[in-house]
Amino acid sequence: MNIMIFLLVLMLLAGLWAVMTSLLLRAAIALALTSVVLSILMFQMGAPLAAVFELSVCAGLISVVFISVISLTHRLPLKEYLARRQNRILRFWFLPVLLAIAGLMFFLFKQPVEVHTPARLLLAEVRIVLWQLRRLDLFTQIIVLLAGVFGVLILFGGNKENGN
Amino acid sequence: MGIELSQIFWLFLTFFILMLIEGFYCITMTYNLLRVLIGLEILIKAVTLFIIFAGYISGNMALAQTVVITVIVIEVVVVVIAAGVILGFFREYDSLNVRNARNMKG
Repeated sequence: MNIMIFLLVLMLLAGLWAVMTSLLLRAAIALALTSVVLSILMFQMGAPLAAVFELSVCAGLISVVFISVISLTHRLPLKEYLARRQNRILRFWFLPVLLAIAGLMFFLFKQPVEVHTPARLLLAEVRIVLWQLRRLDLFTQIIVLLAGVFGVLILFGGNKENGN
Repeated sequence: MGIELSQIFWLFLTFFILMLIEGFYCITMTYNLLRVLIGLEILIKAVTLFIIFAGYISGNMALAQTVVITVIVIEVVVVVIAAGVILGFFREYDSLNVRNARNMKG
């Protein structure tokens, strides 16, 4: 329980770092850190398959995509960067305060909640649920992936009119 | 057991809502398109956390893992397509500032 609280706080802080930092590269790294902490939480809660997916795809692939996009854009001049950084601090200083107030309110006005758990599924194996019970999800995933490939071809395919 | 379950539920609900606040604040207060995407990612992570917690609390962890895998696949496609759109925007306007989108046709 204690380690779960520690991981939840770490995840919140990593997300806060991703939002607050002025450098985009640091934001991408902080996002990857959030994914890593989330995957450790999933391992803790007994969801190893989802944790592996989260670690490899969200912490790995999405970070690579973010860093590629950042490397394809260019850096601002130093003077403009400093001005924008000051502007960011003015816009974002309220977020930690808001989070602290919201967290404190949740802590102070804690109500006992009646948690009704539904009936457990008889099939407890992930592979059986994935391949037999939720087969439609897999078809949907394949269609979404094909749509993604189509989108990538359209967006990154180059412009034939310009001879590229 | 009931009280303990209630406490764990309250704890996760608190962190879920705090992550949602973080994500929505990031999306609404920034002008950088990449940061909007980062805010969206944080929102998706909050939802993923709560889905896994729902599986943990109800004992249907296999179903929760299946749903999380679906969420992750859709998340990747959304991020890749959004990254492509952002790069196209950058090539057109030489900036990631979302206010430039006002100059678009239509």
